[in-house]
Amino acid sequence: MTKPSRRDFLKIMGASGAALLAGRPAAASQGHQVSNETLGMLYDATKCVGCKACMSACKRVNGDYGSLAYEKAKFDSDGLWDAPQDLSGSTRTLIKLFKESDRSWSYFKYSCMHCQKPSCVSVCPVSAMTRDEVTGIVDYNKNACIGCRYCQVACAFNIPKFQWDKAIPQIVKCDLCKSTNLRQKGVTACAEVCPTGAIMFGRRKDLLAEANQRLQQNPGNYLNHIYGEKEVGGTNHLYLSAMQFNKLGLPLLKNEAPAEFSEKIQHTIYKGFIAPVALYSTLCYVAVKNKKKGEEAPGHGADDGKAGEGDHGA
Amino acid sequence: MGHDEFQKHEARIFTPSFLVLLVLTLIGFGLVALRFVKGIGAVSNMSDGYPWGIWITYDVATGTAIACGGYAMAILVYIRNRMHYHPMIRSAILTSMFGYGLAGFSVMVDVGRPWNAYNFFLPSKWQANSAMFEVALCVMAYTTVLALEFLPAILTTLEKTEWRTLQMLLDKLHARTGITRPERLDERLESVKELAAWLKPRLDKVLIFIIVLGITLPTMHQSSLGSLLLIASTKLHPLWHTGFLPLLFLINCMFIGYSIAILESVISCYAFKRPFETRELAGMARIIPWLTVIWLLVVIGDLAWRGQLAAALSLDFYSRFFLLEFCLVAGGSLLMFSGKKRESIRWLFVSAALIVLGGALYRFNVYLIGFNPGKGWHYFPALAELMITVGIVAFEILGYQVLVKILPVLPKLHTRQQHDQAHGVAEKA
Repeated sequence: MTKPSRRDFLKIMGASGAALLAGRPAAASQGHQVSNETLGMLYDATKCVGCKACMSACKRVNGDYGSLAYEKAKFDSDGLWDAPQDLSGSTRTLIKLFKESDRSWSYFKYSCMHCQKPSCVSVCPVSAMTRDEVTGIVDYNKNACIGCRYCQVACAFNIPKFQWDKAIPQIVKCDLCKSTNLRQKGVTACAEVCPTGAIMFGRRKDLLAEANQRLQQNPGNYLNHIYGEKEVGGTNHLYLSAMQFNKLGLPLLKNEAPAEFSEKIQHTIYKGFIAPVALYSTLCYVAVKNKKKGEEAPGHGADDGKAGEGDHGA
Repeated sequence: MGHDEFQKHEARIFTPSFLVLLVLTLIGFGLVALRFVKGIGAVSNMSDGYPWGIWITYDVATGTAIACGGYAMAILVYIRNRMHYHPMIRSAILTSMFGYGLAGFSVMVDVGRPWNAYNFFLPSKWQANSAMFEVALCVMAYTTVLALEFLPAILTTLEKTEWRTLQMLLDKLHARTGITRPERLDERLESVKELAAWLKPRLDKVLIFIIVLGITLPTMHQSSLGSLLLIASTKLHPLWHTGFLPLLFLINCMFIGYSIAILESVISCYAFKRPFETRELAGMARIIPWLTVIWLLVVIGDLAWRGQLAAALSLDFYSRFFLLEFCLVAGGSLLMFSGKKRESIRWLFVSAALIVLGGALYRFNVYLIGFNPGKGWHYFPALAELMITVGIVAFEILGYQVLVKILPVLPKLHTRQQHDQAHGVAEKA
């Protein structure tokens, strides 16, 4: 048996001290709770045939409400095709083809991940980005948004897009058809029209169960990884694929949500607004004392010797 | 501490530099108008990968640090009780006021939906998790505080004014167009003077509490400017992404603040042909290296702790910018450690300039250079985007130049001899 070292002792004291200061059990402030009852989608890249019906349905359904527009390609002066190159201020969802070789390729669909602990919601200064506690939908309210684009800086997936060419711009991102298809038909437009079942809409727990089942039944067909199950604290949009996710444009991410880290620091500094008030009162005390001292002996502050032979009388 | 420590700078307002600055300002503001008509994309190279460009990086994140002269001087004078620096404070506060006011203006140009900014004042929209929320409220409050701190200069002038320019303009107007002077004008002007005289002693009484607020607020929002990038853990290079960002930004703004106060004093004495305030500046320069040493130690310690020292020395793109920033700050501080160099205006200027450059580069590194949103994204400011920033800076210098000539801002020259000397030089020029 080893005696507890001094360092261990300090650690324990520090931890219990911190817990006391926090005023509640340390466990409560650790991590957010992942909810599997929330709504989401499972995209299975191995089933996708790249027909882009999802993209066209998204624009048809959300065009007016979500300020979406068709994007012309350079060769297409008549505007016959909608040809977005990437997610943009006109496009909420997009299918891309990644081709390594003639035998190794994959389609891939992009849209908002609907994080369980979304960075965009954490950083929005005016609560224009919100996460619905029940449905888990991360939604955007243009009537609150000031257009600071902090959500874009914060999002690890680069999902929120800004309308750079408009005098009255807004942020564009997927809201799971919250006010359109989901409200009318109970399913997102992209999942509704997908002819191959590559997009599945449902509750997160059902989607996870389905994904695990597919992985078990066809282990050779997939990478053994459900992207979004753990990444950045879990997302409601989940992915299955045969190709490495980072080759498909999804970043390799840690399981901790970035918002956990930043909020922890921000909350430590501003807990109960005690630190700023304490700072202000201390400084007031010092400054008033200095002022009184100065009035008693005009022209002589607590000078620092050499530089202080001031000839500036009051 | 009376108000008679300050004086107007007696000189012509319409100088050649005034014209140059005016032209730059007008170009900048014309482009701002274009931005509001055609969208941000029409004047800038910002993109969905780099949603924050030069406006946020320079005008806001760096500009407010450069505007921290007022903050640094207030700490020195009112908290560390070095009252002999008091004569220098008004010009520091004036530049801070311009810096912060124009940072606020830049934000309004930069944000896409500025008409929604009233949401900051609706408690239902408050979002305490957001560093941006804290920065926005704090900067708005601090700009107000700076205006209040500067108010005595305006009140003193109002109290003593004889409205000569106004009277002259009215006379001219009358002669040209035949418009008669409004009735009871003199009476009204008199009441403005009385109001100023009534307000000044009352403001003086509570001023110390406003000043202290002007020290608390920058402490809060300058650290929060660092906190803004805490969330970007996947985009900001590990050389700069650390939990110490708020602390590093806070110390950074302090040493930039003192250094910029030195630079401002040297430049304005040079430009306005006044004797240099060498002794005060040397005293101030003694504080700076201690701040930079703490900052450098935190930087190194943090890199070592996170195992990034090798990355810092790897001489790749990021490492070079890191080393440049580090060497500029360290080099400037080394010069300032030497007592002899501190007594020389030239060396003071050089070392302060190095430190301001290094400190500003640190902020650029955090906001732009070390920020990588992923493959395929690039950013370099567009000409129009740069010209808007240039216009705003030009307006800042222009406003300073004009205000020191119509309000008592600069330290009073003390002896008859000093005064004559300054006059002589000014006349020769």
